[in-house]
Amino acid sequence: MLQFTPKGIYCIPGRFYIDPWLPVDLAVITHGHGDHARAGMQKYLCHHLTVPVLKTRIGPDITVQGLAYNEPLLINGVRISMHPAGHIIGSAQVRLEYRGKVTVISGDYKVQDDGLSTPFELVKCHEFVTESTFGLPIYKWQTVEKQHELLQDWVQQNRDNGKTSVISGYSLGKAQRIMKALEDIAPLYVHTAIGRINQAYESVGIRLPAYQVLDEHTTAAQLDQSVVIVPPALLDTKMIRKIPRKADAICSGWMQVRGARRWQHADAGFPISDHADWQGLLTVVKETGAEQVYVTHGQTAVFARYLNESGITAAVIQTAFGEEEEQNGKPAEQ
Amino acid sequence: MKAFGTLIATLDTTNKTTLKLEAIDRFLSEAEERDKLWFLALFTGKRPRRNVSTALLRQWAMEITGIPEWLFRESYTAVGDLGETISLILPEPVAYSERSLSEWMELIAGLSNKTEEEKKDFVIHAWQHLPHAERFIFNKLLGGSFRAGISAQSLINALATHYSIDASTVAHSVMGHWAIDEVSFDDLIKGGYTDVQSSRPYPFCLAYPLDRTAAALGDISEWQAEYKWDGIRGQVIKRNGQVYIWSRGEELVTEQFPEIRDALLQWNGDFVLDGELLAFKDDRVLNFSDLQKRLNRKNPGKKIIQEIPVMLYAYDVLEWEGEDCRHRGLAERRALLEQLYRENACPEVRLSPVIECPSWETLANMQQQARDVNSEGLMLKHKASPYHTGRKRGDWWKWKTAPMTIDAVLIYAQKGSGRRSGHYTDYTFAVKQGDELVTIAKAYSGLTDQEIKEVSSFVNKNAVEKFGPVRTVRPELVFEIAFEGIGFSNRHKSGVALRFPRIVRWRRDKTVRDIDDIEEIKKMIR
Repeated sequence: MLQFTPKGIYCIPGRFYIDPWLPVDLAVITHGHGDHARAGMQKYLCHHLTVPVLKTRIGPDITVQGLAYNEPLLINGVRISMHPAGHIIGSAQVRLEYRGKVTVISGDYKVQDDGLSTPFELVKCHEFVTESTFGLPIYKWQTVEKQHELLQDWVQQNRDNGKTSVISGYSLGKAQRIMKALEDIAPLYVHTAIGRINQAYESVGIRLPAYQVLDEHTTAAQLDQSVVIVPPALLDTKMIRKIPRKADAICSGWMQVRGARRWQHADAGFPISDHADWQGLLTVVKETGAEQVYVTHGQTAVFARYLNESGITAAVIQTAFGEEEEQNGKPAEQ
Repeated sequence: MKAFGTLIATLDTTNKTTLKLEAIDRFLSEAEERDKLWFLALFTGKRPRRNVSTALLRQWAMEITGIPEWLFRESYTAVGDLGETISLILPEPVAYSERSLSEWMELIAGLSNKTEEEKKDFVIHAWQHLPHAERFIFNKLLGGSFRAGISAQSLINALATHYSIDASTVAHSVMGHWAIDEVSFDDLIKGGYTDVQSSRPYPFCLAYPLDRTAAALGDISEWQAEYKWDGIRGQVIKRNGQVYIWSRGEELVTEQFPEIRDALLQWNGDFVLDGELLAFKDDRVLNFSDLQKRLNRKNPGKKIIQEIPVMLYAYDVLEWEGEDCRHRGLAERRALLEQLYRENACPEVRLSPVIECPSWETLANMQQQARDVNSEGLMLKHKASPYHTGRKRGDWWKWKTAPMTIDAVLIYAQKGSGRRSGHYTDYTFAVKQGDELVTIAKAYSGLTDQEIKEVSSFVNKNAVEKFGPVRTVRPELVFEIAFEGIGFSNRHKSGVALRFPRIVRWRRDKTVRDIDDIEEIKKMIR
């Protein structure tokens, strides 16, 4: 069914690609992050909540078709359907069915319900393509409630000390999750990059917690005791540096490890991730019932070896996914 | 252990000194007496002996989690810390046991005469009853090593601020031997236990690198110039017929230098001297690589003592017949030192010569040729200067010769641990030997975080082979490596070892064809 080509993952009978990294005619997109949704495709197919994200990030003039979850579409005899991946709003696992054989390309996924994205749906299949960003047993997430509680406590403590809480998290996905976690705890300000994504979601009827966009008119007094959310790359910009009393934090799965927390020079680190943890990956892979697993990015060699030793045939596939994540310890920010 | 856990988490995460000091201050105000003593003991290197081997800890953790050894190793590589790795992979605790730091420490100390089975029960029970943050600390306590984001000096400053006393008094008081059961925290900090001990060293006076021209220091006659020796800084103490030799790492190294100890035992009087421990033969200071062969051997044998004799070049006197003379001016102390030497002259302890020079110009010439006598440059000390505690700007300067440099290519990279885990930060460099490459040095520091990210990205894309955590990379990135000394050694394939190698800059303008050849490099050895 699949062929792993230099352009991306190719569906042979369907004659289309899934999350390709070089220009192709038809690209089926799992979600809007830059390493999965790239510019230059003739036509895009994705979940309909990802449509405004692609238009915002790639360009308003792209040709893109949206599908609902579980809404089938037939292309060259291949039955395509999208299923919730729980990674970010609109993220999907792509299910392909051809002559009775089912393959699922899961993109990025998480099993925990973040209260914002449609929760992950397990899809039985013969072949499963999986990520392994946090494919080591050291990655074990706390419950979403506990994660929110820790973040809320930290913000409250900053407020008690008269400080602004500056939190970094990538603009698509993590930022909205942080907003959700801190709804009604403190006034929320977001960087314009995040504001654009928020608007894209709001344009298709997603309700987000109330927020304001941080700009040159925002005064220090307004920011006092507030929360400011910025993309990681922009944490060290003038606009942020001039906030007089602040504490900064990073929300990322990498923050699970002390060394990574210290490397990032932040005052606090919260392991809040939109990827599955070790146990999440294992459970999903096992429960899909897949006979063949392909591991595309992250801790590929480790995860594939562990699966093979557990009796599940797994192979490592070279892709261009997650590249930035591995190198910089934080996912790509477009 | 919650309060201690909070303290460690803060020290660990933030890099703001003020936040760290606030956290220590809070801990000192809130913690119990014995917890504070343990805290001080842990952070000043007075740790109890390790009673459970790390091999056993690993084994038990693998048993509980069912994680195979290779996967444990991969996890360890990603984390960079064994105690943390174990804590992260273990299942969630079943319940919580509230114990103070000192209770834990005493339980751990009590393991020494327990059987392996009893140790295992204790450790596993603790793992099942502590949440991750405290479980991690428990593992560190078990392991006998404890490092968190604060230096001993900063801790001393925090204590001094908290008690409103002089930092040097605190440093003096907490250095040396004291046992938790015999002291009270307040008395200890305030110096109540220091005078009973004859081995107690003084904090070393440290110099800053010269940051201006020597001439800008003013009248040369106000300055004393000496060679800056490249050995081990040592403080020798003779009190009540006993000799103690301390290294700058605040480690008692008396046993490693028996010839110096025996010579000093013959000297008259009680005194404390500051000087440099050096390998010295045929009237010549030997290369540091020779001294290294003598280090870390308890009670070295006759053969090695004959092969590589050591001596002390004394350059200061801190105490004379029980009187602390650090407040006296250097000129006065030097006179006292010379008198002491005249009365006791011996080959194993000598005076580091004072360089008499009429002008800064002539002195600059001496400085440039300092390597000829195997020194690293000169020391300039103001003749009126007291013997300061720690580093104080203005009175003592180190005027080092320009470091030697070579261009070398990156061939192996390894991920760092601690703060730098997750990035390739530990590099091995090679130079040419004809058409081949031979390793010459490992270096860790000198690049910016941004450059480290770039190099890490290169390593990810250009890794040729994997040996555990080490990646062999295509020899393409050229770096300028600076070092303070060079000697023959069989530790590296090239047959030479560099002293204090570090990366000066990334030579993006150079390719592997431009790197240095080992035969040329060997000519630098004296």
